[in-house]
Amino acid sequence: MSDQSPLFMPLIFVGGLLFGVGLAVSHMTHPEVVLAFLQFSDLGLAFVMGGAGVVTMIVIGIASRSGRVAPLTGTPYGRRLKSMDRNVLYGGTIFGVGWGLSGICPGAAYASVGVGNYPILVAIAGMFLGAYAQGYWRSARAADRADVAAGD
Amino acid sequence: MSALELLPLVTYGELFPEGITRYAVGGAFIGLGIAVVYLGTAIIAGASTFLETTLSYVSNQSRFQQSRFLASRDWRVVFTAGIVLGAAGYWFLILNPVWEVGFEAAAWQTDVQLWRLLAGGFLVGVGTRLGKGCTSGHGVCGVGSFSQTSIVNVATFVLVAIGTAQVVMAMGVQP
Repeated sequence: MSDQSPLFMPLIFVGGLLFGVGLAVSHMTHPEVVLAFLQFSDLGLAFVMGGAGVVTMIVIGIASRSGRVAPLTGTPYGRRLKSMDRNVLYGGTIFGVGWGLSGICPGAAYASVGVGNYPILVAIAGMFLGAYAQGYWRSARAADRADVAAGD
Repeated sequence: MSALELLPLVTYGELFPEGITRYAVGGAFIGLGIAVVYLGTAIIAGASTFLETTLSYVSNQSRFQQSRFLASRDWRVVFTAGIVLGAAGYWFLILNPVWEVGFEAAAWQTDVQLWRLLAGGFLVGVGTRLGKGCTSGHGVCGVGSFSQTSIVNVATFVLVAIGTAQVVMAMGVQP
C-alpha cells in the first residue's frame, strides 16, 4: 500500500493499544476467567462481549450509513460480511473445543504476553501450528482441485 | 421444581463474584480500539487473521500467499504489537505500578496446564481460520454489525466451548 496515509500505521497502533488495554482491564488475559465463564462460576465475560459489541454496533452502524469514506484510506464505510458456508460451522466447532479446553483466544493470548504470562507462549505456538496445519491442508486441497480442473 | 423456585438461590454475587464493572469497561475499550481503526481506515480489525498473515512471511504455501493476506500483514503486526503493549501498559503502569511492587510481583501467570494451552491453542488456530474469525472478529465486530454468519459462528463456538469446559471440569482436570 504505497499510497497509504502516513497516519495509517500510527492509528492502527493506537487502535491496538486500546484493544490491548481493554483485554487487560477485563482480565481476558487470564484463561481462568474465560474458563470460569464457560463453567458458570463467573459470567462477567458476557459483559465484555456486550460492552465491546455495543460500541462497535453504534460506530459501525452510524459510519456505514453515513455514505462517507474513511479519511486514511479513502475506502467507503460499510459492513463487510463474511459468506456463510459449512466451514463457519466446522471452524466454530473446532474453535469451541479449543476455547473450552484452554480458555484462550487469539487477541486475548497476545495481550496475555503483555501481562507477563509467559506460559501463554505455548498456546500461541499452538495457534500458529494450527493455523499452519489448516493452511497447509487447504493449499494442498486447492492444488488437487487445480489438477482435476487441468485434467478436464 | 420449577425454574422460578430456583431463581432466588442464584444471587448476583454468585454469578458475578468479581462484579461487572471491570468486564464492561474492558469490553468498551476493546470496542473503542476496533472503532478507532474502523473510523480511520474502514478496516474491521479482528485478531486472528494475524496468524495467517504472519505465516505468509515464512511459508510459501499458496493459502498464505493470497494478496489479501500480503496486503494486510504489515499493519496486523503493528496492531498486534499495540495489543501486547496496551495490555502491558495497563498492567504494569496502572494496575500494578512496577516501580512500587517490582516486576515479579506485578507479572501474572496462568496455572492452566501446558498441555491444555498447547492442544487448545492448536484447535483455536485451526478453528478460527477455518471458521473465518474469532471472538473479536465474529464475536465483537461480526455480531456488532448483525452478520448472520458471525452470529451462527459465535452461537456454535460458545455452546461447544461450554460443553467442552463442563466435560473437562467433570473429568476433574484442574486447573
